[in-house]
Amino acid sequence: MNVASPQPLHRSLGLTDEEYSRIGEAIGREPNDFELAVFSLLWSEHCGYKHSRRLLGRFPTSGPAVLQGPGENAGVIDVGDGLAVALKVESHNHPSAVEPFQGAATGVGGILRDIFAMGARPIAILDSLRFGELESPEQRQLFGRVVEGVGHYGNCVGVANVGGEVEFEAPYEHNCLVNAMCVGLLDAGRLQSAGAAGAGNLLVLYGSRTGRDGIGGASVLASQGFDEDSAGKRPSVQIGDPFTGKKLIECTLALIDAGLVAALQDLGAAGLASSTAEMASAGGVGLDVDLSRVPLREPDMEPFEIMISESQERMAAIVEPERWPEVEALCARWDMDATVIGEVTGGGRLRVLFEGEPVGDLPVAALTDGCPRYDLERTRPARLAGPCRFPPVSDPTAALRTLLGSPGIASRRWITRQYDQLVGSGTVVRPGGDAAVVRLTPSARAIAVSLDGNGRRTWLHPRRGGMSAVCEAARNVACTGARPAAVTNCLNFGNPEHPEVAYELAEAIEGMALACEALDLPVVSGNVSLYNEHAGHPIQPTPVVGVVGVLEDADLAVSAAFRETGDVVLLAGNGPAALDGSEYQKRLLGEVAGEIPEPDLDAERALHGFLAAAAAAGLLQSAHDISSGGLAVALAESAILGGVGVDAPAAEWLFDEGEGRVVISARAGNVPALVELAGSLPLRELGAVGGDRIVAGAAVIDLSDATGRYESAIPELMGDR
Amino acid sequence: MSVRVGVVTFPGSCDDRDALRAIELVGGEPAQLWHADDHLHAADAVIVPGGFSYGDYLRPGALAARSPVMRAIVRHAGDGGPVLGICNGFQVLTEAGLLPGVLRPNTGLRFRCHDVGLRVQRPSPWLPQREPGDLLEIPMKHHDGCYFADPATLAELDRYGQVLLRYEPNPNGSVAAIACVTSREGNVAGLMPHPEHAVDPLLGSADGRVLLAGLLGLARTPAAA
Amino acid sequence: MTRVTVTVRPKEGILDPQGEALRRSLAAGGQPVLAVRAGKLFDVEIDAASDAEALALAEQIAGDLLANPLIEEHRVDLAGEERAG
Repeated sequence: MNVASPQPLHRSLGLTDEEYSRIGEAIGREPNDFELAVFSLLWSEHCGYKHSRRLLGRFPTSGPAVLQGPGENAGVIDVGDGLAVALKVESHNHPSAVEPFQGAATGVGGILRDIFAMGARPIAILDSLRFGELESPEQRQLFGRVVEGVGHYGNCVGVANVGGEVEFEAPYEHNCLVNAMCVGLLDAGRLQSAGAAGAGNLLVLYGSRTGRDGIGGASVLASQGFDEDSAGKRPSVQIGDPFTGKKLIECTLALIDAGLVAALQDLGAAGLASSTAEMASAGGVGLDVDLSRVPLREPDMEPFEIMISESQERMAAIVEPERWPEVEALCARWDMDATVIGEVTGGGRLRVLFEGEPVGDLPVAALTDGCPRYDLERTRPARLAGPCRFPPVSDPTAALRTLLGSPGIASRRWITRQYDQLVGSGTVVRPGGDAAVVRLTPSARAIAVSLDGNGRRTWLHPRRGGMSAVCEAARNVACTGARPAAVTNCLNFGNPEHPEVAYELAEAIEGMALACEALDLPVVSGNVSLYNEHAGHPIQPTPVVGVVGVLEDADLAVSAAFRETGDVVLLAGNGPAALDGSEYQKRLLGEVAGEIPEPDLDAERALHGFLAAAAAAGLLQSAHDISSGGLAVALAESAILGGVGVDAPAAEWLFDEGEGRVVISARAGNVPALVELAGSLPLRELGAVGGDRIVAGAAVIDLSDATGRYESAIPELMGDR
Repeated sequence: MSVRVGVVTFPGSCDDRDALRAIELVGGEPAQLWHADDHLHAADAVIVPGGFSYGDYLRPGALAARSPVMRAIVRHAGDGGPVLGICNGFQVLTEAGLLPGVLRPNTGLRFRCHDVGLRVQRPSPWLPQREPGDLLEIPMKHHDGCYFADPATLAELDRYGQVLLRYEPNPNGSVAAIACVTSREGNVAGLMPHPEHAVDPLLGSADGRVLLAGLLGLARTPAAA
Repeated sequence: MTRVTVTVRPKEGILDPQGEALRRSLAAGGQPVLAVRAGKLFDVEIDAASDAEALALAEQIAGDLLANPLIEEHRVDLAGEERAG
């Protein structure tokens, strides 16, 4: 529907009056409609981070292993043996709310392109999902379709999905979160860049043809030239085509192998507008682009539509003219359209032509670095309170049974078995435990990778919640024996122009930065998704953290499953924990309230060091992080995963949640060596592996009952046996 | 003699690289075959690998079955050369008419990825040193793996001993729990589970090596089939 | 009982990956095919008092379930008409 706009075009495009005059100053004249559309997209929060950029500067981004920090398509770290990995997580929340299957699928497609644009072969996908409570049929359908969409794209392109997380909380009911992370492998010396260089080099567009996909807010421009009916037919849903996505991966890696491309950039949000501006900006050059050369899927597209279309499965490359015939031939081998659409210039301007006429002439620096950066007005939310007082847990056995069958804790196998976990022949530790472990064949090395967040904890205390997200993701990685090496993150928040949301954002970033500093974890890439709200109600503030760690010997990877009867079970670490914000509080007491304790970052670091050393010495049979559901659930999960009971009468504070604690098991003969290795880190014996019951302090439950509760909860809700 | 095993890459093949690596691991000489070539680069044996050739569009395997390389594979099979179709490769071989039956969507209508038990039905050169009753554990990962054949075809499969493996338990609704069938001559075999993903105990299982060893063995002594 | 045929097609302008893959595959085989759009066809048997009632119900089912109106368009025909066409 198109109602004649009562306001000036720039406001319809989401630009303020002040931003509009800044654009005029930057280009020295009034912008035309085309130029205004390009500015409106590049100066949006999504592309320009205008509200978050100043806060993001707080993250530590450097370290000896960092080959590429934030600012490129993805971050890259050196993992030894001449190898490097690229990593990034990105949100696709809004498209998934509009069309869950396609939104989730194109979310995976987009993050894959970011990774192979760096010259890396994608080897692992993880997804972090949040919906409303599963008791609602609409939420079940949404959840099911998103999982199918993630699986459809990842399975079809042949990249293993090795993990992630899903949470169900009422604040996400009208604003689900779909964050996808990808990790890619490359030779450390083969890093690609997006920076265009060399005046006279060609700008090549290859992959799918361009249609009117994803022309969202800017479609207001269309209303000026079209009647209501035709404009209403314009689709804004992007359709993912993993088959073309797969060919794009292979074709791109072949182009890089052959040394044919000087720079690479994927086409994502704002399409050609943002990718050409970013390539020119990164290379300090200009670009001339002829939109009439862009292969179109539909006739009669307007220049602005071609410029900002978000059609999927497209890449832009800078190619030296003498290399073009080889590029064209290689793309043809993979049945890919490839077209020269422009060339690099020396001028620092993005000049756009259509049918021989100039349609836009913009200074690149104004589009990218010129994006306004705002300080946010912050107010501490009134809801933030002190810790709760809790009555003693009256029936620990019943509580443990309830928690094991709670959608927040129960097995995620219903999800993960819809994903190909194995393609690529690298998956040493499959999803289901803490972090997945992926071998970097032919090297003996492996990476461990985890993706975690906790909106509930961040809602109760934004700063500690930020710390907590980093600690948990890193600890999950550490549980496999890997040394956490780098972070990528996706910040999912409400409208930052609300001071309380701004406070949450700033505080969560501060907490994450403090934890990253304490754990020596550089943040090498990330994404911000703001304005996640419905009818004025924001989602829980949800920083999602991806951590990659390095394991020198894949053979020494540790899993979360108990292994042998008689193994000694120990609690490593003694971080502060409480029932505030816990799954116990939510499920058994029916509320989320209080204040989560402050993580002890030094103790967290010591714990990770201990786990890495213990795994390297071959002393660990299992290691499992204590998070949702507390110690009792951690013991039960290790038992269920291992198919063997546990007798841990010494366990106490069964359901408290907090950072800095891990359940490990070891052969009895190795316990003295572990104690010595632990030094001042608390290490307490809880009991032993064995039997057919789970005994966690006062909670006692048959292993078969626990397994049934844990494994069947989500399949039953989803109507599968 | 070193056996040269060609692994086909169609647009959309995903497990081709894994199959090449697995062949090397079991002592074969891996060779990449390209869908648009109508010859086999002198391969002694062929693997049609897993993945989503042509995006599984129309029907899984339907478009790949009509590609030039398949003409060469049909000739190779007609000459008694061994061919193994894995997952999408199994679908391609049924679409190409090299194996009986058809693969339909799993009865649960969902993609499923997990290890699955496969019971050996009869002695076969595809399963060297395995006896009827042995159980293999190999991962599967597919959406369209429900094997279907009409009663007359099923009776023929039994008569000619073409069923090598049955699922235990049946994960996808395949008729008679059939997991692996051969052509009547025995030199072409197909299954949905992935032997090439079960060649290294570190990754969960090495039970898949037996089928790859069978493929190499058949290439050395084609008459054995 | 009335037999109704519901045809669901990708909306005009929406990418149809399956149709495009088929077109490329046919073109590679030398067929002079310019475009393929791949849809779905449902034969629905409806217990209705009249054809008009059956068509109205089929229209509702098509809009609510069989087609995703964001990306697909649908068309409802009496089965006899479809055959004649």
